[in-house]
Amino acid sequence: MSKEINNLKRTAVQIRKDIMDISAHCGGGATHVGPALSAADIVAALYFKIMNVDPTNPSWEDRDRFILSKGHAYSVLYAALAERGYFPREELMTTRNINSRLQGHPVLGKTPGVDMVSGSLGNGLSCGLGIAMGLKLQGKRKPRVYVMLGDGESQEGMVWEAAMCAPNKGIDNLVAIVDYNHLQSCGALDEINSLHPMVEKWESFGWKVFEMNGHDMDDIVSKLLIAREYAGQPVCLIAHTVKGRGVSFIEHNNAWHAKIATEAEYQAAIEELDAQLTAIDADED
Amino acid sequence: MFQLAPKNTKTEPMRDVLAKTLIELAKENENIVVLDADLIGASGLKAFQKAFPERTFDCGIQEGNMVGVAAGLSENGLIPFTHTFSCFAGRKCIDQAFLSASYAGLNIKMIGSDGAVTATTNGGSHQGMEDMGIFRNLNNITIVEPTDANMLRALLPAIVDSYGVFYIRQFRRCTDAVYTEDSTFTLGKGNLLRDGSDATIIAAGIEVPEALKAAELLAEEGLQIRVVDMFTWKPLDEELIVDCASKTGAIVTAENHCLATGLGSAVASVVTKTVPVPMEMIGVDEQYGEVGDLNYLMKKFNLTAEDIAAKVKKAIARKGR
Repeated sequence: MSKEINNLKRTAVQIRKDIMDISAHCGGGATHVGPALSAADIVAALYFKIMNVDPTNPSWEDRDRFILSKGHAYSVLYAALAERGYFPREELMTTRNINSRLQGHPVLGKTPGVDMVSGSLGNGLSCGLGIAMGLKLQGKRKPRVYVMLGDGESQEGMVWEAAMCAPNKGIDNLVAIVDYNHLQSCGALDEINSLHPMVEKWESFGWKVFEMNGHDMDDIVSKLLIAREYAGQPVCLIAHTVKGRGVSFIEHNNAWHAKIATEAEYQAAIEELDAQLTAIDADED
Repeated sequence: MFQLAPKNTKTEPMRDVLAKTLIELAKENENIVVLDADLIGASGLKAFQKAFPERTFDCGIQEGNMVGVAAGLSENGLIPFTHTFSCFAGRKCIDQAFLSASYAGLNIKMIGSDGAVTATTNGGSHQGMEDMGIFRNLNNITIVEPTDANMLRALLPAIVDSYGVFYIRQFRRCTDAVYTEDSTFTLGKGNLLRDGSDATIIAAGIEVPEALKAAELLAEEGLQIRVVDMFTWKPLDEELIVDCASKTGAIVTAENHCLATGLGSAVASVVTKTVPVPMEMIGVDEQYGEVGDLNYLMKKFNLTAEDIAAKVKKAIARKGR
């Protein structure tokens, strides 16, 4: 297990390096770095451990689905898909470029591996619920639908429409993951429109809630494994996260909500991330 | 081929025909599913729910969520029909219809009941005068206003078989037949109901019978008026519009909808680009609805045959100026 966990940690670091690379070098304007880094560990665990997918057949109908409802974190999804083999890694540098398959927010049918459009916050959980309902209706017991929501996104009313509806429809093949990093585009959630108490909200809507440290790979994997097998209720994982996680000068720094990394910032970030890889290697020795 | 029904022919209410037809289609096509937002008793789709309980999802009063869920269902290859009132279909669901369905390239069929004045005593809040115009903004959507229950029945198989986003405006209690029961129709093709050389009335929905009446009134004055039923608002039958402009030299549109974004403006954008001729428009002009029966409201908003006839004369008078 620990070797596998270390490999997942390495993948998460690689995804973070890709995100920094996109921010510094894609030429497509400001990249939403903080929201992407925040979700990197969870997305790595999903695509490299939890989800049953086939990069050679992205629209395989029995696959697990992942909807990045906080679509502005596109770079974490594009990086994970590239690392998983859905398209060449070099293509990441076309993110937000003219004629690229990697559009400004994820587009179904445009990017291999993207399971649903996002880009209007609040819409993803309803779509995930629809897919989950469809899978049940079609008698497909195995596939699961994972929807990652931003905490700021959860200010949208439609999140709670879907949250109310899912348990009432007997859905238990749907997992909502809230990236609870406490920062939204223009500041702190608690100052703008607080979501507190997040756990109680989801529980009262009828979801089985687990909290996890969204940057502890052991915790992430164990909670996602429970969520995947959980029956009788939809599961909500409240992931306690840090916006910008993994790069010291980006963590908790909302100036990086969307930003082009300078070459110096890029190099400094890569140095830190490479040091994390070395530390993982040392841990294994 | 279509044929006009004899005057005063009645049908079952449109909503009953909707449910019965969908039930028949669903027997053959297991992908058809129905979603409603706590109006299943009003929509006629209660009968579908009885026939296929496992394929019916009442989302409760969550129109936006309903359309998002429908998009997700369609991602699985299912063919979802959603229903709410026309006012909510347009105003409450446009973001989901845009992003999760249309932009996503998915396949959902949205039904909106009781457009504009047909919502009668529910009043201005419920008289969706803008639903068709809101959906006109979506690329590649098909927008249909069945003129009577016979047309709805005839169109539904093609709607099921045509991949893509649809908005279908139904008049729940409509029992007036415009067409015979065995008429057939083609999506995207307007129906030439009556020919004439002096002007054309291009109408939709409840304005179609009014347009036919207007043509009769004008015939008494010696004017020969062409009447077209433009039941597909999008994609618009541009070829037929050009033909009407070329052959009759004046066009009056008649719709149960606001003029700002309705059929008239859609037709005008074709006419001005091709064969510019004088145009007049019948529709609701910068006013919200109010309580009333259908007759009262049609008079109030100048939607009657007499109103149409007056506009036709105005358009003809402007010819050649």
